[in-house]
Amino acid sequence: MAAVKPLLETHGLGRSFGGLRAVDGVDFSLPEGETHAIIGPNGAGKTTFVSLICGRVAPTDGRVVFDGKDISLMPAHKRVRAGIAYTFQITSVFANLTAFDNVALAVQRQLIDDHERGLSSRALTEHGVDALQKVGLGDHADKVAGNLSYGHQRLLEVAMGLALRPRLLILDEPTQGLSDSEIENFIALVRQIGEEATVLLIEHNMDVVMALAERITVMEQGRILAQGAPAEIRANQAVQQAYLGG
Amino acid sequence: MTRLTPSTKSIALHVGVVLLLLALNFLLPEYHRGVFARVLVLAVFAMGYNLAFGYTGLLSLGHAMFFAAGLYGAGLTIYHLEWSVWPAFGAGLAAGVVVALAVGFLALRTTGVAFMIVTLMFAQVFYLMTLYFTTYTRGEEGLVLPQETRVLGFPGGVLDLSDPSTRYLVALSLFAIVLAAILFLVRAPYGRSLIAIRENEERMRMLGYDVFANKLMAVVLSGLFCAASGAAYAVLFGYVGSGFAAIQYSILPLLWVLVGGAATTLGPLIGTLFMFYVIDTASSYTTAHLMVVGLVLIGVILFFPKGIIGTVRERWLPWLP
Amino acid sequence: MAFGPYFLLATLEGLVTAAVLSLIALGLSLVFGVMRVVNVAHGEFYMLGAVLAWWVASLFGGHPAIGFMVALVLSPLVVAAIAFVAERLVLSRLKYEPEATIVATIGLLYIIQQLALTFYGPEARPVEAPFHYRMQLPWFGYSAYKLAVIGFSIIMMLATWFVLTRTKIGLIMRATQFDRETAQAFGIPVGRVYAGVFALGAGLAAVAAVLIVPIQQAHYLMGHDPLLLSFIVVIIGGLGSLRGTVLAAVLIGLSDGIISMFFSPTLAKMLATLAVAMILVFRPQGLFGAAAR
Repeated sequence: MAAVKPLLETHGLGRSFGGLRAVDGVDFSLPEGETHAIIGPNGAGKTTFVSLICGRVAPTDGRVVFDGKDISLMPAHKRVRAGIAYTFQITSVFANLTAFDNVALAVQRQLIDDHERGLSSRALTEHGVDALQKVGLGDHADKVAGNLSYGHQRLLEVAMGLALRPRLLILDEPTQGLSDSEIENFIALVRQIGEEATVLLIEHNMDVVMALAERITVMEQGRILAQGAPAEIRANQAVQQAYLGG
Repeated sequence: MTRLTPSTKSIALHVGVVLLLLALNFLLPEYHRGVFARVLVLAVFAMGYNLAFGYTGLLSLGHAMFFAAGLYGAGLTIYHLEWSVWPAFGAGLAAGVVVALAVGFLALRTTGVAFMIVTLMFAQVFYLMTLYFTTYTRGEEGLVLPQETRVLGFPGGVLDLSDPSTRYLVALSLFAIVLAAILFLVRAPYGRSLIAIRENEERMRMLGYDVFANKLMAVVLSGLFCAASGAAYAVLFGYVGSGFAAIQYSILPLLWVLVGGAATTLGPLIGTLFMFYVIDTASSYTTAHLMVVGLVLIGVILFFPKGIIGTVRERWLPWLP
Repeated sequence: MAFGPYFLLATLEGLVTAAVLSLIALGLSLVFGVMRVVNVAHGEFYMLGAVLAWWVASLFGGHPAIGFMVALVLSPLVVAAIAFVAERLVLSRLKYEPEATIVATIGLLYIIQQLALTFYGPEARPVEAPFHYRMQLPWFGYSAYKLAVIGFSIIMMLATWFVLTRTKIGLIMRATQFDRETAQAFGIPVGRVYAGVFALGAGLAAVAAVLIVPIQQAHYLMGHDPLLLSFIVVIIGGLGSLRGTVLAAVLIGLSDGIISMFFSPTLAKMLATLAVAMILVFRPQGLFGAAAR
């Protein structure tokens, strides 16, 4: 984790909804290869912050820099193709399509841009099945996504993100609603993903955060309250106050 | 291998349908062959509509303008410029694509109810244009293309398009080409993208898709097929009139697709055929065929929202494309 | 005649159009505002109102005012009842899903049109005006009945406004519009409110139709143009905004009258429709929408 060039930076990034400053002038920097967690109480602006990064929400001020390029004005779909994948907080797989089709949608988009391989039906099947197997859904390829269990739908969501071969994968509360055993598998999965990609994780479950994050950012009221390694965050007075009702 | 079987089955089915229609040319009595020729041409219209409405989820109330663009593109060039059928057909297609591009570019900025009304209004403008330029179009009364202009030139001979058998076979050829194109399209990755856009636009955006561009492409392809139907109608049946640009001709493809089954490849044909014969049968008892259209629309949307082929797919044949 | 008298005449005619159009569009807007239903059959309710008015008026002999007055009461009531039944039988079963309801109201349009053609016939028939007084203006005489139409429309609109904003019925309607589920939880019979609103919308169109038949004749295809025009009005005024609807109706009615004096009516319609489509594309909240909300 030497000081490499950051993959993602934000400079004074902000967003207001009416009079409310949901995200308030955030300066943030994420080195390539890091698995980073964002935590904070409800309404701290975590989801809005990552939405600004992936382009679902337009910023009112500030800049987003990805891989050295200013992407503040880039539409969301182009950011995805530049390498930023976002998995939704509320599961939003295509319920009427099969699990394979869900992943294939991500794969084919990625293959269209991959000029070496190109979009062939063989590559499509190969990569699709591969992405499903990575998250352990290899046996469910032909099942209609809406009929999968909730835990499996969450995994499918991650598989779609993975199939985009992102450089930065944003996971928005991925373990919400999962059982303990599912969470354990999930931690192993994210660890594996973290070896290839940079991961930005919003998470409430502190066990998951402590198990995965190399560094943690704590947000409160649209601002960064603290930042550091897990041990530092655990020891931080201000964080304890924010969480324990200061 | 399991993934291959349904695809072989569906290709066999579609080839079978085309062969059956080919056989009907020699089996059907004269009157019914005429009806079928008309149905085949209009089923192309319905298939084009289905691409936008059924697969992509764009409920347009203005597709008459694409059909009419093809109709007038071919008809006017034949009537006034004395073009032969091939280039006139091409002019019809070009007109359809241009109109679809322009309308799609504007209308796709809206969604839902606004999209329906905007398309309805653009189509109304097109309809009023056909009335306004009545010097060239003769408005509601329309133009009759002389029989000698309706011949299709080939290297080594010509086909008289007013001959019933030729007309049927040309209509079937167009139908088969468009059916194959649609079948290919919806089984290709692009078709999967369109369906996914219908299901959840926001998710598609976050998978890196330019949703607007994909929808625009769908509208243009839809417009192209509808224009092909209109252009073919002009040269095969020799009549071009404002009535085809009026609102009824935006509603009819919606009706046919709903009855046959939205987002199915064969639904548009079945729906068009079914409605033609329902109205035909009703007409022998009553002149109130508008009533039949109205009742079927309400009946289908209330009790049968998936249409004929859609219901068959749901109950018995899940592999139907 | 010089420009001035022409302009005055066009303005008066435009005001009559605006008055009638406001009533029709108000009905359409009400239905869309409360139920989020685009009623494509709205023009047919208008036509039905006119046809029924002719039928009622033809039953009464004597002074034309008698038949007219009875028609003015009876025709809107019958149309409202028909709309009520249609809403209960069809729209409510579709759960007000926007696309399904549009398809269903298109079906309704065809059915009503066909019934009118079958039972009323293809002829255009006039209803005699309740009175024939002509007001003498400096340049020309003008029908006092037309001025009465303007007056009556204003009264109807004020009455509707009063019901919507000052009575319990209006409160219930606005509550339903604001949040359907909460309204239901508070014991408001949402289904009946919807049916009532749909009937009221159709009834307003029928009132407009009765007012217009002494000026224009009743015909089974007469619903088409008012439908498009009232769509235009509702869109320009902002979908679901009543104040915007009335403002837009005056704008459209006046410009329609004035434009069609100087341009061919087809060209006028073409340009107006195109302009409105563009408004919907680039300013979907309508020209007055933002201000009225």
